Amino acid sequence: MNQELMVAAIENGTVIDHIPCNKLFEVISLLGLQAMTSTVMIGYNLASGKMGSKSLIKISDRFFSDEELNRLAVVAPNVNLSIIRNFEVVEKRQVEMPSPIVGVVKCANPKCITNNEPMRTRFDVSEKKEGVIRCHYCGREQLVDTVKLV
Amino acid sequence: MAENRSLVSIESLSREKILSLIHRAEEFEKNPNSKILDGKIVATLFFEPSTRTRLSFETAANRLGAKVIGFADPKITSGTKGETLKDTIMMVQNYADVIVMRHYLEGAALYASEVANVPIINAGDGANQHPTQTMLDLYSIYKTQGTLDNLNVFLVGDLKYGRTVHSLIMALRHFNPTFHFIAPKELAMPDEYKTYCKEHGITYVEHEDFNEDIIAEADILYMTRVQRERFTDLMEYERVKDVYILKASMLSKARENMKILHPLPRVNEIAYDVDDVKHAYYFQQAQNGLYAREAIICDVLNL
Ligand SMILES: [Zn+2]
Repeated sequence: MNQELMVAAIENGTVIDHIPCNKLFEVISLLGLQAMTSTVMIGYNLASGKMGSKSLIKISDRFFSDEELNRLAVVAPNVNLSIIRNFEVVEKRQVEMPSPIVGVVKCANPKCITNNEPMRTRFDVSEKKEGVIRCHYCGREQLVDTVKLV
Repeated sequence: MAENRSLVSIESLSREKILSLIHRAEEFEKNPNSKILDGKIVATLFFEPSTRTRLSFETAANRLGAKVIGFADPKITSGTKGETLKDTIMMVQNYADVIVMRHYLEGAALYASEVANVPIINAGDGANQHPTQTMLDLYSIYKTQGTLDNLNVFLVGDLKYGRTVHSLIMALRHFNPTFHFIAPKELAMPDEYKTYCKEHGITYVEHEDFNEDIIAEADILYMTRVQRERFTDLMEYERVKDVYILKASMLSKARENMKILHPLPRVNEIAYDVDDVKHAYYFQQAQNGLYAREAIICDVLNL
C-alpha cells in the first residue's frame, strides 16, 4: 500500500516530502512546529524508492513564506514542498539556498564574535565551492552539511 | 545611513586607496604635528591588551590634536564587565568621534562597525585582521623601495598562523608582486592563500631552506616568529627552530635595496648582529606605524 496514505490527507496546508530521516528533527525545529497549534502529522522511516527511507511532514492550515521555507535548504536542500487547498495540490516547489543565510546556523569557530555576543549569524554561500558557506564576521569557511542550527 | 568609512579589513582597500593613504602618511612624516583633529575625541578600546599598538594610536591621535579616551585592559575596567560589545560601543559612540578597538574575538570589529554610527578602526580582532599593521608594512615597503609594484617579497617563518603575512598577500595583490614562502613544513603557507595567489595571477615559490643564496633575490625580507606552541610535534620544532633565524652572515649576497621587516616584538628569529646592518629596517618600520595611523584616523573621519 502507498505509505503516504498512512499519514492522513489534509484539507489545507503544507506538505514537506523527501526529508532525509536524519534531518527530520532539524526541519521540525527550523519551522518551529513544536509551538504550532494546528494539526501536524509526521511520517518517519517511510520507504522511498530513490532515498531508501524518508520522512514526511503535513501541516494543516499553515502556509509558510518563501523566506521561512528557504531556510530549510540549509539542512535539507532536496525536499519537495506541496501547497494543499481543498485536498488538492495547488502548487509544488523546491527550496532554494538563501544567500546570505541569516540567523539559521552557528559558526563553527568558537572565537567568532557570533558565538560570544547576542546577535544574528550571517553566512555567504560560496559561488566557487559547492556546499561551502563563509562566516560574514570571522571569515571561516565551513561545510553546510556539518553546521549546527542556532 | 551615511557611508561607513570604518577600516575593518585590508581586503576592502583598493589600489588607489592604499596609495592615497601612503601619500598621506608621507605628509605626516614631514609634519607629524597638526591641529586637524582639534576638538575631536578618539576612543581607544583595548578589550585585549597591546601596549605597542595602543601607544602608536594614542600618539597618532595626540599629534593630530585630538583628545583620547578609552581603556587599555578591560580586566581593570569594571564598566565593561558582563556588558555586551554592542552595549559598550553604543555607550562610547556618545562620547567619541572615532573608535579604535582591539578585541580577542574574530569579527568583533566588523560587528562593531555595523552597530556604530561613528567609524571603527580595527586594531586587531583575534587571529583575523590587523589592517593598520598591514598599512604600516606597506608604507615601509614603499618608503624603502620607492614603489609597491613588481617587488620580490620573501615571507619567512610561521606562514600558517601569521596573520600579518596573509594580510600582506591580500594587500599586495594590486601591485604584481612575486612571493617566496620560506617556512618549515608544519608552518607552511596554507592552501587557501596559495589558491588566492593563483586566482589573482600572483607568482609564488616555496622553500624549506633559508640561506644566503635564497635571500639574494629578495627586495623585502619579512620575518615572523616561529613559536614553540604552534608545533604539534616538538621534535620537529627542535629540528627547525634554528633554521629560520636570520644572521648577519646570511646577508652577504643581498641586494643593495633589500630591507628586513618584522612586525615586532621579536623573540630570537633575528640575531642581534643584524640590527647594525644597513638592511635592518624593523625599528623604523614600527615608527612608520605612527604616520600610517595618523593617515588612517584622518581618512575614516573624512578629513
Ligand atoms: Zn564566524
